[in-house]
Amino acid sequence: MPRVRVPVLLWVPALAGLAFVVMPLVGLLVRAPWESVPERLGDPAVRTALRLSLQCSFGALGISMVLGVPLAWLFARVEFPGKSLLRALVLLPLVLPPVVGGVALLLAFGRRGLLGPWLESMGIQLTFSMTGAMLAGAFVALPFLVLSVEGAIAGLDRKYEETAATLGAGPLRVFTTVTLPLIAPGLAAGAALAWARALGEFGATITFAGNLPGETQTLPLAVYLMLQDDPDTAVAVSLLLLVVSVVVLVALRGRWLSPARGKAPKGGRL
Amino acid sequence: MTPPALQARTEGLVTAELTVAAGEVVAVVGPNGAGKSTLLRALAGLPGPARAAVAIDGEPVGTRPPHLRRVGYVPQDGALFPHLSAARNVAYGLRGRGLSRREQRAAAHDWLTRLGLGELAARRPGQLSGGQQQRVALARALAPEPRLLLLDEPLAALDVETRAAVRHTLRSHLGPYDGVCLIVTHDPVDALSLAGRMLVVESGVIVQDASAAEVTRAPRSAWVARMLGLNAYEGDGTDDGVRLADGHVLVGADPAPRGRVLVTVHPDHVTLYRDPPGGTARNAWHGTITEVTGTGTRLRVAVHGSDGPDVVAEVTAAAAAELGLGEGLGVWIGVKATGVGLTAL
Repeated sequence: MPRVRVPVLLWVPALAGLAFVVMPLVGLLVRAPWESVPERLGDPAVRTALRLSLQCSFGALGISMVLGVPLAWLFARVEFPGKSLLRALVLLPLVLPPVVGGVALLLAFGRRGLLGPWLESMGIQLTFSMTGAMLAGAFVALPFLVLSVEGAIAGLDRKYEETAATLGAGPLRVFTTVTLPLIAPGLAAGAALAWARALGEFGATITFAGNLPGETQTLPLAVYLMLQDDPDTAVAVSLLLLVVSVVVLVALRGRWLSPARGKAPKGGRL
Repeated sequence: MTPPALQARTEGLVTAELTVAAGEVVAVVGPNGAGKSTLLRALAGLPGPARAAVAIDGEPVGTRPPHLRRVGYVPQDGALFPHLSAARNVAYGLRGRGLSRREQRAAAHDWLTRLGLGELAARRPGQLSGGQQQRVALARALAPEPRLLLLDEPLAALDVETRAAVRHTLRSHLGPYDGVCLIVTHDPVDALSLAGRMLVVESGVIVQDASAAEVTRAPRSAWVARMLGLNAYEGDGTDDGVRLADGHVLVGADPAPRGRVLVTVHPDHVTLYRDPPGGTARNAWHGTITEVTGTGTRLRVAVHGSDGPDVVAEVTAAAAAELGLGEGLGVWIGVKATGVGLTAL
């Protein structure tokens, strides 16, 4: 096979693009205060933010799963009018500026929001609370989960679910014993993406849940504040978040770019 | 009087009416795309281009969802749940009938043992051969004791040897089965060896519903006749005989019925000559040999007709040698009127 000659006009910007992405990472690695990283990460303020971040991201993941898996099933398996519009709405947070998401959450669930009075009468306050931070995370994470799981369900051959039904299993049993196990890889990929997205959420969180240390101040918010008076700690925490991202990416590997690959594992074939 | 075990009427892409007695095994045959699988799916209540009003033992189940019908369904490749062991696949349909988990497991093992798969109970489908998977799928479908068992091409994906083994398994387990069994197949050997009755479906319509013996004796569709190894032509009955689409007229011993007629000629009744035949053969035309196949003493000779239809002849190896038959040779084709079967369609 003859070698492809890459025009200069392409390879120069391509290399520049690569450098553009890699340089900040190099900067982070070079400037990291390596010897003091463990100590800085052990700082009580950082540990609190880390605990809140974990709490918030896993809470957001839980909400996304509970709401997103049924939503994905609906999109993959049921035809109804206005489906593409609804689907676009659910995926909107992918492109919406997170701050706008936070404002929108305020207007819906805030004290003065649409549902605010009703929530207040039930004694629920979401703004400036951990629950609110979880909601903000779920808002931005949900599309990742829905896309991934929808792709997995759409790619699942219906013969398994149909056969299960003829064996006397009702729709719910079919879903829990056949559909869910068979889309597990797609679900795991979606969950990892959604969790990572919630972990890094900044704009929606600070707008809707505020930035209360020990309450709603998660790692990304903490990093932003620390940059002013304790940049080295900010870098150390950034390093931690970078490691988490790399771990997620490695765990996803091939699934990263093609969520529709969450098909039934081969084996049912002859 | 007890109602028939299965009564069904389908509409949509397949329109069929069907009454089957308990214990009967019916082969559903027909060309690809004829609607065989569609018919099965409609009976099982699965979504598809046809719907069916179904009564099982006189009880209408047509409006029920699949899981409340007591219908066993095995799609083409078995569709074993890849994440469950063979035993748990078989036990899947045993829930909700008052059996404890232990009893369900025991029953599943029992079925697997019956089908000769006892030692493979713990294996996942991916660790089983195609034939084993198909037998597990059969055990899984039979275990909940359905009143109606629907098998979609159970042998199609198997190699020749496995096929024979699974066919044998099917035959020995469908014999004592007292429900209704419908098997989709496009292989006449499977149909004849497994089923006493054949339902021939073409373009969404049942063109013949008769005993296997009757279908072999007097097929009512060119497709089935060819599947059974016969020469088959469709034409219009006239005073002179049956006029085929190309204008050629074939004559039988009896006057041709009016309307569309299926002409069948057994390859045994086709004679090949090097010279124009004399008076005995009323049907004679010319053609070129395209293929000679077969082993042993009998050969199948495919002839492309130049002023008549294509035909397959079966001749003895001795006769073939005597005539010097070979590909590309021009021959005369003769068919006696007594060798021509005529069926009004």
